[in-house]
Amino acid sequence: MKFTSVFDIIGPVMIGPSSSHTAGAARIGRVGRDLFGRQPKWVKIYLYGSFAETYRGHGTDVAIVGGLLDYDTDDERIKTAFEEAKKAGLQFEFIPETANKEHPNTARLLMGDDEGEMSVEGISIGGGKIEISEVNGFKLRLTGGMPAILVVHDDRAGCIANVANCLAMHEVNIGHMEVSRIERGLTALMVIEVDQNIDERILEQISYIPHITKVSKINN
Amino acid sequence: MDVLFRSVRELVERAETEGKLISELMIEQEMLISGRTREEIFAQMDRNLTVMEEAVERGLRGVQSVTGLTGGDAVLLQNYIAQGKSLAGDLLLDAVSKAVATNEVNAAMGTICATPTAGSAGVVPGTLFAVQNKLNPTREQMIRYLFTSGAFGFIVANNASISGAEGGCQAEVGSASAMAAAAIVEMAGGSPQQSSEAFAITLKNMLGLVCDPVAGLVEVPCVKRNAMGASNSLVAADMALAGVTSRIPCDEVIGAMYRIGQAMSPNLKETARGGLAATPTGKAITHAIFEGGNLKEILNSRTNN
Repeated sequence: MKFTSVFDIIGPVMIGPSSSHTAGAARIGRVGRDLFGRQPKWVKIYLYGSFAETYRGHGTDVAIVGGLLDYDTDDERIKTAFEEAKKAGLQFEFIPETANKEHPNTARLLMGDDEGEMSVEGISIGGGKIEISEVNGFKLRLTGGMPAILVVHDDRAGCIANVANCLAMHEVNIGHMEVSRIERGLTALMVIEVDQNIDERILEQISYIPHITKVSKINN
Repeated sequence: MDVLFRSVRELVERAETEGKLISELMIEQEMLISGRTREEIFAQMDRNLTVMEEAVERGLRGVQSVTGLTGGDAVLLQNYIAQGKSLAGDLLLDAVSKAVATNEVNAAMGTICATPTAGSAGVVPGTLFAVQNKLNPTREQMIRYLFTSGAFGFIVANNASISGAEGGCQAEVGSASAMAAAAIVEMAGGSPQQSSEAFAITLKNMLGLVCDPVAGLVEVPCVKRNAMGASNSLVAADMALAGVTSRIPCDEVIGAMYRIGQAMSPNLKETARGGLAATPTGKAITHAIFEGGNLKEILNSRTNN
């Protein structure tokens, strides 16, 4: 089921004018920032479908930038997010695309700073709900409605078990898990939805496990 | 995932067998899914209700959107009602003006509660605050109105769509209006089955409604469609309470809405490429807003016609 809570339907409380194009866009920006792990220095925002056609009038642009600044959907600062971004040292660029994506409201964020880059693709599925559909080229389905961790690792035996053991040690219950890889033996990705927000300390421990290259999280 | 209901049929059957209100089942399901207490869930819906009240009040004081395309109509309607001129009836027109008020605030980038979306945020509160004057509900009953709306919206969102970009405006204002109709019936003391009849009647009458926002903005025709949606809800609720039933069962109407949305041209689904957006005036407004034309001139020439 795509919608699980009554507050997905009666809610969110948000700055207008569009739940898909404003609230959903803010959430894509915010989850992108969470996955990057910090505020990026620069971001290229690729917009597809209806996002590309109407982003200016809906405030999709200010909403995504607001999300990247960690604003929630009802944060009044969304309206002045461009000026706030300037103050916060976040450079941004919008690139409307003509290619058709599977979903009409799709945005891809290419973010970076001196320490790294990351690509996150999100879709706004209606009523302010979003899904993350791609991270660094890996296809996935992440709702952002549950706390989650993403682990990029070498595709080696034992990696998944080691991460699961680490979570078990800290009594973190796994609600849903997906593993995928671009090519056998190369890089792979674990998407793990968990029942509670994950402590930084646990993330750090996971990052010390052999063959783990990157760990990021989404709080909820 | 364990849920108490996936279809309207399941919802109504469970409500009638267990002798519970639809709002009660929605609350119980939310407790089950979220693991939160009844008090926490009620408190969050209470906050949403407050946001709705504040938006209506703000809209009735008069707002203007950033573009200047919408705003002020809620005030005109209230003044008209006050003059005692209403032909359709004060309650109906009050709902219409309050739905407009909410959507004018939304278009002005104000704070609203999406129900189920921002573009359709006017219907549920508009009808609620209008019937409030007639039915004198308690605060709890007003909060329950939102849970009942939510129960039906939950089913539509999971079995069809509540997104204009996916299903056209029938999925947004259509769903919102049908949700409101079902909630009015519960508040007026109708049965769960009558709520489902009101839902089906409303949605049937909004099938095929395209999403064709001028300049891609949530303004024209969205604000006025919320007004019409609100009046549709009240009429359908009255029909259901009078004993009128829908020949096509509610879940089948939802299925039809989904398939109509699938069959609709992308030009008519929030892309601003068809319908009213593609009319000469629609295009002129788009040009004025995004390419520096004179919007005031276009709007004035409309008023003078």
